[in-house]
Amino acid sequence: MPYNEIRDVEVWDGEVRTKVLVGGEGPPLLYLHPVLGLQWDPFLDSLAQHHTVYAPYLPGTVPGDPDAHKAIEDVWDLTLCYSELLDALGIGQTAVVGHSFGGMLGAELAATEPARVTKLVLLCPIGLWTDGRPFKNPNLLSLEELGAAAFADPTGPVATMALTLPEDPEALGEALIAITWAMGVATKFWWPIPDRGLRKRIHRITAPTLVVWGEQDGIISPEYAGDFARLIRNGRAEVLANAAHVPQLERFDVVPDMVKEFLTG
Amino acid sequence: MFHLMPHRELPDDFSRRYKSVWVTPPWHELVPDPARVGDYYNWTLDELIYGAEMGFDGICVNEHHQNAYGFMPNPNVMGSVLARATNHLDVAIVQMGSTLPTTQPAIRVAEEYAMLDCISGGRLVAGMPLGTPMDANQVMGIPPIEQRDRYAEAHELILRAWQSKEVFAFNGRWNQLPFVNSWPRPIQQPHPPVWIPGLGSTSTWRFAAQHDHSYCMLSFFGSQVGKRIMDGFWEFSDAEGLDRNPYRAGFAQIVCVAETDAEAERLFAEHVLYFFDKCLHVPDHWWGAPGYQDYESLSRGFRSGTTMKMLEVISNFKKFSYKELVDRDIVIAGSPATVRDKLVGAVKDLRIGNLMILQQIGSMPHELTKDSIGLFCTEVLPKLRDIWDDDGWENHWWPKRLRNQRLA
Repeated sequence: MPYNEIRDVEVWDGEVRTKVLVGGEGPPLLYLHPVLGLQWDPFLDSLAQHHTVYAPYLPGTVPGDPDAHKAIEDVWDLTLCYSELLDALGIGQTAVVGHSFGGMLGAELAATEPARVTKLVLLCPIGLWTDGRPFKNPNLLSLEELGAAAFADPTGPVATMALTLPEDPEALGEALIAITWAMGVATKFWWPIPDRGLRKRIHRITAPTLVVWGEQDGIISPEYAGDFARLIRNGRAEVLANAAHVPQLERFDVVPDMVKEFLTG
Repeated sequence: MFHLMPHRELPDDFSRRYKSVWVTPPWHELVPDPARVGDYYNWTLDELIYGAEMGFDGICVNEHHQNAYGFMPNPNVMGSVLARATNHLDVAIVQMGSTLPTTQPAIRVAEEYAMLDCISGGRLVAGMPLGTPMDANQVMGIPPIEQRDRYAEAHELILRAWQSKEVFAFNGRWNQLPFVNSWPRPIQQPHPPVWIPGLGSTSTWRFAAQHDHSYCMLSFFGSQVGKRIMDGFWEFSDAEGLDRNPYRAGFAQIVCVAETDAEAERLFAEHVLYFFDKCLHVPDHWWGAPGYQDYESLSRGFRSGTTMKMLEVISNFKKFSYKELVDRDIVIAGSPATVRDKLVGAVKDLRIGNLMILQQIGSMPHELTKDSIGLFCTEVLPKLRDIWDDDGWENHWWPKRLRNQRLA
């Protein structure tokens, strides 16, 4: 089910603006996107079949409003901004789904306001760090390297759909501007090592939590799946074969159902 | 005269064997004997001092980290030696320079530059670079999106630290200092001239314009590609209502001089190719890691086609032959007459007051470097000095005591 509304939201005493894609029916669900920016993909369609999905752009990544991140200085500010965003949308308690960078933000939100987050789904979240485990900084990879790290089958249909850029030079330029800028803005909250102290706060999370990871993730090691499951008191992890950093699309045959069952069960 | 202080003896298969000259090259494999690096540093200092003795108006070093391309992690260590060794000469000590966002707290730059100005008797040019993405983001861990804000904060702090008569508190985001009271202060008043290096970002032009600093285009793409960028700079400058004083702008150019064009090719080709093959061996996309460019420059670059053109140049120049590099003026090399004609043309075409010449290129050995410096200073330099004299422009971005000193 695609989104059917784009809502403008202003938070942080009017200093921070963003847009929220809204679609679906049912109880609210906040979706937090990864560093490449917000895309309403088939996985969000699947969530929208059982929830009303609210998918905000990371402030500063809405096309045409590149400075909207400036008033937010760090992860603490950003977490509170997302809390205010829920207020502005009139949402009390909500399910939260976050992918990669968005997973870290979802975990931060659930640690900051434990009672507000009813269920938490983390797809290959960043945010914990153990020396020696593989991590590839996505901003330092070429498109080919990114594809090889993020997808179990870098030449398969899922990767091709995700990584194919427009052929028209003007559209290509605009796409590259949007992706580059989104990745740039996100660096404020995770660079150079994706550890902003979540390890110290993660014990505060009370929401039942499902962690989903691809066994072949070349961006960030799936070894962290077990850590999230262990450190979150109601957490469990599913590490899937034939998937890497985008398991919800790479294993579309199982992940949407798994998430639906977890959220509605 | 600008020096990078490169590794001069990288293995032939360096760029095939290693991912990058920057950030990750393995020291223990590439430097079997650290004493040899002592030679590099001392040759570099000697070449710069020789350049000063032979007539260069300024000698210049810069800051980079974790690389074999040019490894002076603190340019002020070099600058201090250069200042002391040239106290008998009317030569500027051009530091291009301490990287503002990665020097913490930034009063370190104010202090070290003030020391250099004192040691040199007021001959410092204070370069204030933003830092490359490899240095600032990868090595030093600065989030790319914060780099320019950190730069602006550091710049404000340094200028105030030099000039304030009172002790002041500086409540910055990255520099929180309750008692700023720099010791020493620079000799030059109100402060040493400030030069800002850049690669064509609009925001850097704007910053230089706002603060009335001189802008230096530091690339290795030569005057032909540089023309496109400097035209943009002068249009921007006009729009800001600034005068067309050529000394508002600097430009870096690789220059090799021998007795004849053929001799230049024979002597310098291998060293020039070493530089482009090995010293610039960096994954292309590292130069444009997301967040490093501000939004205005990012979008302008893609929409105007400049970014694609730059990427094309970057991906091509490694494959260029010596002749192609020279034909494109990426390297200006040849007899004194050839070099002179090309440089006079480039200076006028780009409207450059501060020309920064690189003479030690890649693997170029010490004696050959000195030969090239000597020929440049005796046969070429005298023809460049007076280019803008007839127009009556004054170089406000040059140490006062050195202006009009070396016209002979």
